Amino acid sequence: MSGGKEHVEIPYQTKFGMVINLDKCTGCGACMVACMAENNVPVRYDESDKLRSITWMRVYKLTNGKPFPETDVCWLPRPCMHCEGNPAHGFSPCVSVCPAVATDYSRQTGIVSQIYTRCFGCRYCMGACPYKARYFNWWDPKWPDGMKQYLSPDVSCRMRGIVEKCSFCFHRYQRAMDKSFYQASQGGREDTRLLEEEYQTACAQACPAGAITFGDLLNPEHTVYKLIHATYKDKAFRILEKTLGTRPKVYYVSSKDWVEAAADNHTKKVAKAAPGGH
Amino acid sequence: MFPFIFEWEWDMAHYVFMGGLYYALGIVSLGVAYVVAKALIQTDQGHGHGDGHGEEHR
Amino acid sequence: MDITARIPQSVSRIGDALTPRFLVDADKALWPKGCERAPLWMFGMWLGPWLFLAAWGGIAAILCWGLALNQTNMNDYYGFAIWIWADLAVIALGGGAFFSGFLRYVAGKDKLKNIINYAVLIGFICYSSALLILGIDVGQPLRGWFIFWHANVHSMLTEVAFCLTCYFIVLTIEYAPLVLENRQLDRVPLFHKISHNFHEIMAVFAATGAFLSFFHQGSLGGVAGVLFGRPFAYREHIFIWPYTFFLFTWSAAAYGPCFTLLCTRIIEGITGKRLVSNDVYHLLGKIAGWMILTYFIAKTWDTVYWAMNTAPERGFHWREFYSDNAFYGVWILVVELLLGGIVPALLLVFKKTRENMFWLTVAVVLGVIGVSVNRWAMVLQVMAAPVMPFDQWALYYPSWQEVATTLLPVAYGVILISLSYRYLPVFPQERELGAGKAS
Repeated sequence: MSGGKEHVEIPYQTKFGMVINLDKCTGCGACMVACMAENNVPVRYDESDKLRSITWMRVYKLTNGKPFPETDVCWLPRPCMHCEGNPAHGFSPCVSVCPAVATDYSRQTGIVSQIYTRCFGCRYCMGACPYKARYFNWWDPKWPDGMKQYLSPDVSCRMRGIVEKCSFCFHRYQRAMDKSFYQASQGGREDTRLLEEEYQTACAQACPAGAITFGDLLNPEHTVYKLIHATYKDKAFRILEKTLGTRPKVYYVSSKDWVEAAADNHTKKVAKAAPGGH
Repeated sequence: MFPFIFEWEWDMAHYVFMGGLYYALGIVSLGVAYVVAKALIQTDQGHGHGDGHGEEHR
Repeated sequence: MDITARIPQSVSRIGDALTPRFLVDADKALWPKGCERAPLWMFGMWLGPWLFLAAWGGIAAILCWGLALNQTNMNDYYGFAIWIWADLAVIALGGGAFFSGFLRYVAGKDKLKNIINYAVLIGFICYSSALLILGIDVGQPLRGWFIFWHANVHSMLTEVAFCLTCYFIVLTIEYAPLVLENRQLDRVPLFHKISHNFHEIMAVFAATGAFLSFFHQGSLGGVAGVLFGRPFAYREHIFIWPYTFFLFTWSAAAYGPCFTLLCTRIIEGITGKRLVSNDVYHLLGKIAGWMILTYFIAKTWDTVYWAMNTAPERGFHWREFYSDNAFYGVWILVVELLLGGIVPALLLVFKKTRENMFWLTVAVVLGVIGVSVNRWAMVLQVMAAPVMPFDQWALYYPSWQEVATTLLPVAYGVILISLSYRYLPVFPQERELGAGKAS
């Protein structure tokens, strides 16, 4: 479903996305930690069962599968891809299948939302997502003693029995737009279009190696635009884009051919998972 | 589900889907109403047993 | 294998002596006219284990509702698991109700009037079970009404929910006259008239049921077929419907009657009575046979097209979906297409085997297995197979809570069939065929 009507007419369009330079990623996991802290992601006493732990941002460890000394390893951070999919068929794999419009595609920002109070936990979207970027709350959220004090008041905590996922830190977008609208109304800026530094995700800011760049893919002044259209023109790739046509908004860059080849399925596999991912 | 809910859009998808749904529901509810009303009238008029599809008539 | 005949007389005497007389009389007054039933104590003993099983399932369901779905072994890779398989399987098997109804009331196969009550009863059990399973399966059951209220008309699951609920209403309407024909209820003039009038216009409900079933059986197939992010499930479309839409409807119409016939064989075995005449078996078996044969051709074509075109276009060799582990091996295709497809089809199509009760029973058992395996693959294998090249296969086994809640509908089904058989005129031919033996 194309979703609810836009209540605020904004005279320009944005499409937020990421470029992740895999050559720079060290696999430290700072993006994951920042994401969890920023978005009030609950933790369990025992997090060893990775099939049930919630990691909006997950770092995969890839290997080229070759024996020593040709072994090569690459770390690949995977947030929600905020797929554009086919607008004629209801956008992303998940948005098109949600029976209760609990997840929607914003034509204004290109962000795939998740409405926690609407989701009733059928998990169809999880089955639809090829990136496994969606997580179910198998338990009521719990935090270690004292940690509740650190929860962000801008992000609602999720209850058990519903699905959640990366929102590109949407609350930060809302906060930035509030400020932008206010300043525009006071004559402090020409329009409400956000500057690159006004809206950044927690993972992009936390990455110590500067591997993650975030911004408006349609705005020529934003770094992500320059990276895709100039610096890495024709070299930036997206996962499963060529075969599935999901049109993700997360781009990757790598100098290693086998990593780029690993972004899509081929009859001959060029990479596989390695133990040790987060 | 209803036009007054904010997700509703007057488009072909809604016409076809909801049209089919309310068509089926309409037939079913009218059918039940007809059966019950007819039975009430017949009972009121004193028609008793003898014309039914009870077990003995099968 | 009449159970009553196997009970020693001394036990029978003790059972009779211990049953209060007024209960025996009250029970007997509810039996269909001219039909013999097993003594009440024996009936109680029969129900006992099933009630126990239902209670076990009930406790597991309460745990799932009360303590959330962490009671299951589902995980973020296996968002759909045994429940959804059971859900799809019972809906396919319950397809005997809509297809028999269609054949009886719309296509005019009058002979099927002798099995239609039972087909409706089985359908009612299957569909109420499916709704119950869905009520346990969703993470926030109290929000279940959102699927109606905030309906996304583009989602196959929305179509499933609407048509499933509507068709359950139709099945209730089709089952209601049978309940009202209970010997005592039928004495109430209003009830008698209602059930009579329902029969008069049953064709309208049967046609509506067939319409609704076409869409919900199909959209259950569509649930998997539209997943363009999951190449194992994805299929090309005709208009807005993927091939699986049509295959699911077709297979439910083909295999549903097999389950009806299987259940009839089972109840005849347990009661030791002939309840449905052979010509009904032969007619329904013949129709099911041709339906399975045509379905087999369509399904084989679909599988080959998927393996040669759809999967490779999405970067997969079809064998990759069957090669990681024995659990999801090629045996699934063999069981589904050969053992559960062409074998029962041929057994039912050829008159000689169809009219041999042994081979007919073998055919319907294989058919039930075949369609269940198909639904298994279209739910669990879809979840298990990784799509990202660097992702891994996931395996899963159900927790006891999942097993118990999956068995709950089985127990509920047995109990409802037992009660219906004992107190309602389910089989119109019972007296005509019967030797009057107790059961």
